[in-house]
Amino acid sequence: MNVTRFLSRNWLVSYAVVYMVLLYLPALLLPLFAFNSSTIIAFPLKGFTLEWFGVLIETKALHKAVQNSLIIALITSAISTLLGILGARAIVRFRFPLKRGIVGLIMVPLILPEIIVGVSLLVLLMQIGISLSIWTVIAGHVLICLPFSVAILSSAFQGLDPSLEEASMDLGETRFGTFRRVIFPLILPGIISSMLITFTISLDEFIIAFFLTGTDVTLPVYIWGQMRFPAKLPSIMALGTILLLLSIFLLVLGELFRRRSARRQGKSTSPTGGLV
Amino acid sequence: MSENAIIEIEDVSKSFGSVTALSGVDAIIREGEFFSLLGPSGCGKTTLLRLIAGFDEPTGGTVSIAGEPMAGKPANMRPTNMVFQSYAIFPHLSVGENVGYGLKKKKMSRQEIADEVTRALAMVDLAGYGDRAAHELSGGQRQRVALARALVMKPKVVLLDEPLSALDKKLREQMQIELRQLQKQIGITFILVTHDQEEALIMSDRIAVLFEGEIAQLDTPEALYRRPVNKRVASFIGVMNFMPATVTASSDTAMSVNIPSLGQVDLRADQLPEGLNPAAVDTIGVRPEMLTILFDESETAEREAPGEVTSASYCGDMTYYSVLLAQADEPVTISMRNTTGRSILTPGTQVRVGWGHESVVLFD
Ligand SMILES: Nc1ncnc2c1ncn2[C@@H]1O[C@H](COP(=O)(O)OP(=O)(O)OP(=O)(O)O)[C@@H](O)[C@H]1O
Ligand SMILES: [Mg+2]
Repeated sequence: MNVTRFLSRNWLVSYAVVYMVLLYLPALLLPLFAFNSSTIIAFPLKGFTLEWFGVLIETKALHKAVQNSLIIALITSAISTLLGILGARAIVRFRFPLKRGIVGLIMVPLILPEIIVGVSLLVLLMQIGISLSIWTVIAGHVLICLPFSVAILSSAFQGLDPSLEEASMDLGETRFGTFRRVIFPLILPGIISSMLITFTISLDEFIIAFFLTGTDVTLPVYIWGQMRFPAKLPSIMALGTILLLLSIFLLVLGELFRRRSARRQGKSTSPTGGLV
Repeated sequence: MSENAIIEIEDVSKSFGSVTALSGVDAIIREGEFFSLLGPSGCGKTTLLRLIAGFDEPTGGTVSIAGEPMAGKPANMRPTNMVFQSYAIFPHLSVGENVGYGLKKKKMSRQEIADEVTRALAMVDLAGYGDRAAHELSGGQRQRVALARALVMKPKVVLLDEPLSALDKKLREQMQIELRQLQKQIGITFILVTHDQEEALIMSDRIAVLFEGEIAQLDTPEALYRRPVNKRVASFIGVMNFMPATVTASSDTAMSVNIPSLGQVDLRADQLPEGLNPAAVDTIGVRPEMLTILFDESETAEREAPGEVTSASYCGDMTYYSVLLAQADEPVTISMRNTTGRSILTPGTQVRVGWGHESVVLFD
């Protein structure tokens, strides 16, 4: 059967195919040019090279940026997930005054333009006289990551039968022991999801980092700085390729873990069940 | 503390905001008995059980266990263990780990815990299931694990919140008997919450019937069935035929009752429910099996009344007849065992209905 005829008849399928191509093709261009031996990012490709990866290894400033980004992402995901656990638990389990308003405030950064968050945080920090460092970036990132942590962990807590906690208390366990032996193991998939997602968000966040970073630039800010030099572009492509593979690896790892623990609990293993 | 009371509930009330779940509940539960809390949905059964378990504190009154007031004592400090309606099996633990969960808090060696778990599993017929994952169990098996997990703690009282309601009919009936036998065998006090009157009658030593947060009657199954204190209890437990009636004369030992549909009858004074004024009586009740259809001339009864069959429903071993008595507005239900020689009567048949004064219950 003729391909165009097939596609025009199955317009939904064609729409999906076009959508997927537009979504993922740009990402596939990264590795293509990363191994291209020309300094110009354009077709036709010239030849195969590993030179650009070699450049990465030699660039000290890049290493520093990577290190900063990793530290920021790690601490951000830890703080955001910890706060997320506390917030989600309160939201799911307790009733308290102004609950809706408070939950709304936690979620606001989700829809607030990042540039506004970035600028206002910068102004605030200037006013109280805190100098910019990786900690100011962490503060900004926690702010925008927290809604994700709270959302993921709320669904984890919601899936928890409240009588499990009561059963544990009834069997003589303390509140803390109940958390350690029952609640924590059961929300662990949610905790890992939250850490992975907030890690990823923090790692590639640009706008807030751009405003709040001091001399210790993060990776996205560093990359943005390098974009002004056309000669650096191929090595940026190489860097992008590495980041792409790393992200895929992290997400697959997270999903595998989530499925394993869901299977162990006899729950369904729907592909997005653990994420948001 | 009275002789062998294990739990004393004194004037207990519980409100959730503006909702009053329990008010003025008094009850004494005796050591080693199988006690049921029976009542329709929303009457406060679970609330009362949770107050005993220590998950909630009463708004007023006291709960004492083994002579000790429980106020301020959380669930993990009370000598009670609960079998939850949802079973609350820890999904991330194996069957054995579930059963041994509470033992880890006691000063016991690994080996002792393992032995106790094995013994508890054997007690509920789950020997050899220790390594199974919790989600590999059927509903009935989950219920048994929940029971073993409670029993292994050797509590003074086991609390069960509708433990059988999730099981299918066959399994439920089997478990009712097993649970009762197990309780007798180990001699621990069981408090069962149920909305199924048949289940309560079969399993319990005593039953507290709750309506809207108050105990309507606390009695043995037999007394509840034979001598319900009011119309509501009477129709909640089994089927009761109500007929208008008035007490025409009463003395300390006897009374004369006029029942238009059945006739005049003399009753003993102790057939009057406690606290009921003879003058207030306006209704009597008779159970369907206490009325008989007299099939032929040779059959007789203490008393007789004429009537007409209006419908018959055949149920295999029994037939349920609706019979309109001569002086009545509404038909009564009569259950007859289908023994040999009894045919199913067709609507319109004129019959003689036999009854006796013993089976008459008075209500206001
Ligand atoms: N935590 C709570 N907050 C508010 N109201 C409650 C709470 N728990 C129970 N109630 C109310 O108290 C009343 C008694 O509830 P309870 O759960 O004890 O009923 P029940 O007899 O166990 O009913 P069922 O057979 O449906 O389980 C109900 O009106 C219920 O709505
Ligand atoms: Mg209930």
